[in-house]
Amino acid sequence: MAFSEETYNRAKEIISRYPEGHSRSALLPLLHLVQAEDGYVTPEGIAFCAEQLGITKAQVNAVATFYTMYKRRPTGEWLVSVCTNTMCDRMGGQKAYEALSEYLGVGHEETTADGRITLEHAECLAACDYAPVMTVNYDFFDGTQATDALQIVKQLQDGQTPVPSRAPRLCSFREVQLQLAGFPDERPGAVAEGVAGDPTLAGARLAADNGVAVPGFDPNTPIARKEATA
Amino acid sequence: MSGPIHKLTPVLTKRWLSPDAWKLATYERLDGYAALRKALKAHPDDLIQLVKDSGLRGRGGAGFPTGMKWGFIPQNDGKPHYLVVNADEGEPGTCKDLPLMTHDPHSLIEGVIIASFAIRASHAFIYIRGEAVQAARRLRAAVNEAYSRGYLGRNILGSGYNLDLVVHSGAGAYICGEETALLDSLEGFRGQPRLRPPFPATHGLYSQPTVINNVGTIASVPYIVLGGADWWKSMGTEKSSGPMIYSLSGRIKNPGQYECGMGITLRELIELAGGMQDGHELRFWTPGGSSTPLLTHEHLDMPLDFEGVGAAGSMLGTTATQLFSQQDCPVYATYRWIKFYAHESCGKCTPCREGNYWMIQVLHRILAGQGVKADLDTLLDACDNLLGRSFCGLGDGATSSVTSSIKWFEQDYLDYIEGRKAPMLKPELVGAH
Repeated sequence: MAFSEETYNRAKEIISRYPEGHSRSALLPLLHLVQAEDGYVTPEGIAFCAEQLGITKAQVNAVATFYTMYKRRPTGEWLVSVCTNTMCDRMGGQKAYEALSEYLGVGHEETTADGRITLEHAECLAACDYAPVMTVNYDFFDGTQATDALQIVKQLQDGQTPVPSRAPRLCSFREVQLQLAGFPDERPGAVAEGVAGDPTLAGARLAADNGVAVPGFDPNTPIARKEATA
Repeated sequence: MSGPIHKLTPVLTKRWLSPDAWKLATYERLDGYAALRKALKAHPDDLIQLVKDSGLRGRGGAGFPTGMKWGFIPQNDGKPHYLVVNADEGEPGTCKDLPLMTHDPHSLIEGVIIASFAIRASHAFIYIRGEAVQAARRLRAAVNEAYSRGYLGRNILGSGYNLDLVVHSGAGAYICGEETALLDSLEGFRGQPRLRPPFPATHGLYSQPTVINNVGTIASVPYIVLGGADWWKSMGTEKSSGPMIYSLSGRIKNPGQYECGMGITLRELIELAGGMQDGHELRFWTPGGSSTPLLTHEHLDMPLDFEGVGAAGSMLGTTATQLFSQQDCPVYATYRWIKFYAHESCGKCTPCREGNYWMIQVLHRILAGQGVKADLDTLLDACDNLLGRSFCGLGDGATSSVTSSIKWFEQDYLDYIEGRKAPMLKPELVGAH
């Protein structure tokens, strides 16, 4: 598959972010860009990255196979990742994963026959205060027990788009890959959507409600000067 | 509630209560970029000294003194210097950096500019975990706003100082939270750790002098610049100064982020969080993520600062406090964590790659009711070969839950081995993969 002119232009823009002579730093975002175009890291995508950076396809492959988020097979429109690390597992995440696996008839990193949903179990997603969590195209759904997880997936199958707990309306797998390549989320108002959940604000709210603040804060406190440097 | 509530120190988390604080206009109204204006008028060396005086220590787990790290960067060496922010949050239990970047990204950006100015860097990077897409959306939007208002780019606020900041998303590899693996990843390679020395202070990104700091560390800097070192030290303990975001998760009524002066105890944190869930009693917990040895109810009154937790044989780590009850099995928790370390081992060194793989098999057979007593010795022997013999801290960290769970809960292991406890897992043929 040939890459579009827009993708070539985006590749140039990605490379320009890094200091001169260090274009290889652009490889991770370029692989995200390839996934934005092809839905996974295709052989053509590997060749594209190699050509852009003047390195070999083997060098690109070595990197692409190292990272979990680079998919080696066609990935569904919806990537459903269920955290099954210890805390989420104990709080219900393992059961949620097993329920989805049974319902969808697919295992880890497998895609449904209609090509729409890819399932994976994920390691800690850094939202333990909302355990158990799952993500759809990396946006969080909090406190998802098995029944909640099934409901979310059924909505996706029905063509509805369930709203993540603390993030904007869902975007497609390819759209999110473009964001991962460092391009802004262009959907009007999307960045503003999503509010903090109770756990995030628990301590700050408790302090505010009880009038607790750190005393003695004076923003005009002078910065001490060392005479030798004055 | 009287006692522990006054131990709350809302500093880094305070702005999270303002829903629009991620926007520049709101941030500016809430003291935003005042520290930068102040810092740009100071001498960079005086800023390094200020951070040294504050006693600020790294919030990413190791607790290294930040000002000292900045001071290691050789000056007037004619080389480019770099600041790299480690935002690859992924240590199991840890969930403090993502909310900070989502709800108050400018505080991190302002810290980046001040820190870069202090170490004389003109290029900075925030390496953010790939899966953290919402935090990255907000962070990128904030960086664009900061550029458009002259806080980043050429001649910042007319000071003559230039800085470019790139937000770089990772691609799903826990090992990239290890600072030298992060550098390799940022250079476009597999994220595998580097041999040290040389250290990043002299040979870091692109083999140039580099400071790598955690999100919370850098986001602390503007407050220190504004309020001063003495004010900062009014929080926490003598050797562990300042506020810390404790992340409570698990069998507790109100899990979440509680920012307190360092040295608070778990008993007090549990009280702040409304107590344990009904029907759950604390059985074991991690003070700072799964790489820190487990503790028990015996440690409820231990001060949670670098020294206090160290004295109890564990580590403060990332203050990711995961609470488990009598309904959770420490053997199973350990098994699940070791599966994590095996998955995330980069494969570079044999102790970590093979040790974690085989520990899974041993733990699995114990939980499947097929263990033998010698399995405990096998596990401890494997840990001996990992701890201190792995290439980086990932292998060291993997041993924490194994050795500590055997130390505190040997009876649980023996109950599976000797048939007093029903198997939790189905048997598998060892090595048959």
